[in-house]
Amino acid sequence: MKPRPSSIAIAVLGLLVFAFAGSLLDAGRLRAERANETASTRELAARLGLADIALFTEARYTRHPAQADLHSAFQDHPVALEHFPSGSLMPPRHENLARTAAAPD
Amino acid sequence: MKTWLERQRHLIDFTLASLARRKTRNLGLVAVFALLVFVLASVMLFTHALRHEAKAVLRDSPEIILQRLVAGRHDLIPPGYLDTIGRIRGVQSKQGRLWGYYYDAVVKANYTFMVPPEGGIEPGTIVVGPALERERGIAENNGISFRSYNGQLFAFTVARVLPRASELVSADLVLMNEADFRAFFKYPADHYTDIALSVANPLEVRNVANKLANALPDSRPILRDEVQRTYASMFDWREGLMLALLSAAILAFAILAWEKASGLSAEEKREIGILKAVGWETGDVIKMKLWEGGLVSLTAFLLGYVAAYVQVFHCHAPLFEPVLRGWSVIYPRFELAPVIDGLQVATLFFFTVFPYMAAILVPIWRAAVTDPDAVMRA
Repeated sequence: MKPRPSSIAIAVLGLLVFAFAGSLLDAGRLRAERANETASTRELAARLGLADIALFTEARYTRHPAQADLHSAFQDHPVALEHFPSGSLMPPRHENLARTAAAPD
Repeated sequence: MKTWLERQRHLIDFTLASLARRKTRNLGLVAVFALLVFVLASVMLFTHALRHEAKAVLRDSPEIILQRLVAGRHDLIPPGYLDTIGRIRGVQSKQGRLWGYYYDAVVKANYTFMVPPEGGIEPGTIVVGPALERERGIAENNGISFRSYNGQLFAFTVARVLPRASELVSADLVLMNEADFRAFFKYPADHYTDIALSVANPLEVRNVANKLANALPDSRPILRDEVQRTYASMFDWREGLMLALLSAAILAFAILAWEKASGLSAEEKREIGILKAVGWETGDVIKMKLWEGGLVSLTAFLLGYVAAYVQVFHCHAPLFEPVLRGWSVIYPRFELAPVIDGLQVATLFFFTVFPYMAAILVPIWRAAVTDPDAVMRA
């Protein structure tokens, strides 16, 4: 016998709700599993006295946003190009952005 | 109760048959809806977990970092500063830190060179971060040489690679002996990059920072609290920016959904007219359409959310990799511990499912209360 369309819809929705609930349970499991890794990372950061995370390593104000020069670009967040309106009038130097430097910069 | 349930099932059967008549259009709608939820949920889950992770791993970072500014730029700490700080009441410990940046022309990447405060690294050896091991293709006991800023070549042996799990903070680190660091960067004796301080009483941190600023006017104290706030605002901003960029997509979807839900096609109007003519009540028509909206939006929401969860926490968030890479060559590979904010999920649900349901209700109610004959003729 062919199942009713409503039975299929309820089964699909049930499956999705089950997957949603599963994601919440899985989050708890993964958090517990990765707690040790977070703790060891925290321990390493404390031991080395690190105050920044290494998400963006391209420039000092993105590698260490918390310790960058005052008013440097990206000081507060990586997409803040400039603190001041003049930044919209004076474009950045493209040769630097294109990373053509061969010598240490 | 059983009758009510059976009635609802019949309504669902009818709704699905009606949806199946416009299969491509409705499947397309579910797919676009799910994709929108997927992108929004990915941004939310990733940013929230990252914000949480940053806060957790930097919880025990130095309470105060003292920099010296010369002409508005970060400069080296000269001898004597540590002694001056030692006389300030409330400072429990102080440590001159040595770290700096090195641009490696071979892979065109920036590294962070650092001397661990507790030492323990033999001269001529280095301990490297996991991303550096990956990008430079080096392993334990391998030799590597760096050209210093004055052109001299320094050879090191990799003593150890930092644990992969710590990559979020250590991806680009190169830890070395103090003598090697000073020789490599030609650091003047007894000078430091900055000073890390710990304060006995957490409530006294701001007072100590004020005393430091008074005793050493050219210094800039950075509090752990400020570091944490910088990261919180950074991720809030990034999330806000992503959502702002996505707002065009959200708006496009809103128009699509509104068009689909509110602008009844002639066929749909005829369907409603026929239903009313064969004896369906206004309430039944509304219920049927509510089921239609509910099934479409709930399926799309759950599908999009679950896919976003799997993408962020089980597949290393490939959608965000280009964003994370930015301009940098070295970028960390890390596994985030999932932290789900119930309020965020509820907000996402509210702003995706409810508007769609609301957009459905009004025109249906208007069509359903009109005379069947007029609706069919329209």
